[in-house]
Amino acid sequence: MVTTATTTGTAESPKRSQAPAAARRLNRPDPRARSRGGQRFVLVGLVLASAYSLFPVYWLIIAATKDRTGLYQSNGLWFSGWHLWDNLHQVFTYEDGIFLRWTANSFLYAGVGSLGGTLIALATGYGLARFDFPGRGAVFAAVVGSFLIPIALLTLPLYLLFSEIGLVDTPWAMLIPCLINPFSVYLAKVYVEATIPFELLEAARIDGAGELRIFFSIVLRMMTTGGATVFLLAFVNTWNAFFLPLTVLRGEENWTLNLGLYNWSGKRAESGVDLTSLVLTGALLSIVPMAIMMVAMRRYWRTGVTMGALK
Amino acid sequence: MIRSLRWKGAAFTVPFQLGFVFLYLLPIGYAVYQSLYRSQSSGLGLGGTTDEFSGLDNYQQGLTDPKFMGSVLRVVLFAFVQIPVMLVISLVLALFLDALTAKAAGRFRVMLLVPYMIPGVVAALVWINLYSPDVGPLTPLGDLFGFDWNFFASSMVWPSIGNLLTWHGIGYNMVIIYAALQGVPRELFEAARLDGASEWRIATSIKVPFVRGALVLTGMLSIIQMLQIFNEPALFRNITPQTVDDSFTPIMIIYNQAFNAGNYHYAAALSVLLALILGVASFLFYRLTSKETD
Repeated sequence: MVTTATTTGTAESPKRSQAPAAARRLNRPDPRARSRGGQRFVLVGLVLASAYSLFPVYWLIIAATKDRTGLYQSNGLWFSGWHLWDNLHQVFTYEDGIFLRWTANSFLYAGVGSLGGTLIALATGYGLARFDFPGRGAVFAAVVGSFLIPIALLTLPLYLLFSEIGLVDTPWAMLIPCLINPFSVYLAKVYVEATIPFELLEAARIDGAGELRIFFSIVLRMMTTGGATVFLLAFVNTWNAFFLPLTVLRGEENWTLNLGLYNWSGKRAESGVDLTSLVLTGALLSIVPMAIMMVAMRRYWRTGVTMGALK
Repeated sequence: MIRSLRWKGAAFTVPFQLGFVFLYLLPIGYAVYQSLYRSQSSGLGLGGTTDEFSGLDNYQQGLTDPKFMGSVLRVVLFAFVQIPVMLVISLVLALFLDALTAKAAGRFRVMLLVPYMIPGVVAALVWINLYSPDVGPLTPLGDLFGFDWNFFASSMVWPSIGNLLTWHGIGYNMVIIYAALQGVPRELFEAARLDGASEWRIATSIKVPFVRGALVLTGMLSIIQMLQIFNEPALFRNITPQTVDDSFTPIMIIYNQAFNAGNYHYAAALSVLLALILGVASFLFYRLTSKETD
């Protein structure tokens, strides 16, 4: 059901075009004619919703091209001067280029953490989906049950434990929690069930391949799409994380982009320094990697988002 | 399955199991343990503090703490309004997409998913600036139409946050519901059309019941998310500390108890309480929504 659910329903169009003819034959009003007004209503609704979705991004792009006077005094809906390069220069040089440092940190945590987490998740998903061992049900129950655990219940004691072994305020405090991601495990299990046939594993075993070899050279290779989706979703998750970094990272040299922007936006109320222009340009910059990533991998994440949801 | 093979299969899950023990079970156990203790200053307060076993005192304090219970009530009420509004909009948009050809639907879907690509914190920052009376375009726009709105006023904070969450969430929820709609057998629609059913009737009597599962799922995910809301109010507090106080939502109270008041024991008890509340809420929602299908 999952694979059919994600196809975009190309089979519908020919059938639909037959419908008016069939209706006429039965001497009933043409449903097409009746719903022409409906079609217009649908289009207007979608156009309005798209405008709502895009408007803040449009405004953000405009705002990033303005200097401070323009930002405060000109019409927010249209350009006023072109100061994008100045703003970018300011963002990248503020406090010795701390913004670049935050960007690098975000990439490090999201990239390395998700890579490790994806590998562990694929192995676990494979074990859960293709082997029957005592305790398998318990492991799966733990995976699903952990969706309900509030983030504060995990993060606060984790902070205390990490501070006892000296990990607080180091990159490890971000990387280690990323390695264990129950949602990734769940997705990986779903993917293995959909792509790795039992017969293939049997055949490989009969040919004398060891279990590790089967996993690394057959399963992982067949799971490139699934693995990419798991990685992508974990990456987005870590890139977007806020509560965990806020709790375990203290010094600003270890911060993520989110934490840095949060801090910049609070400076006005805290110390009267208005960094609004930096915040907005920085916000625009922080969307760019996400957008590139999602567009480049849209094939994967579209199926991933819906697949994890529908099973 | 051969015995040795079973254990080899189990071995694949060992890294996860170990990590789960250290990053999930151990912290939860530690939180429960901490929640049963209280710091007491020993002697005349000169010898520092020692932890003393206090049983369920912290829990009792939490359950009778008007600030904590007030914040729980606040997010529950908010969830009651926010989730239906967001899901109904997502459902309507998914039905709209379903009424178009696949090509047109694909184009709209990309535009509607743009907010989902934006990190939650950044989305909140952008909307806070849109709302801002200094730099945002919404205030002059309101003036133009005779509205004198202040998005940061205490009566407007929740609607402002609600709008931001709706904006951020409709694309994602719509995609899930739309994907479920694609699984509805098309013959059903044809049959209904031949019987003279209107498109509206088809939508309400065939399509909506079919995507019920997707609605329950998105509803459940939203409940889990809303009761734990932290980022958006924390960012609002950055701008308007007068209207968003530090006990605005349960997680904000827990964070402040732990890191500003230094009261880990109480914070631990509150986070266990919040977990229980979340569990009960999810269970009730599940029972309520699965009962009707019988």
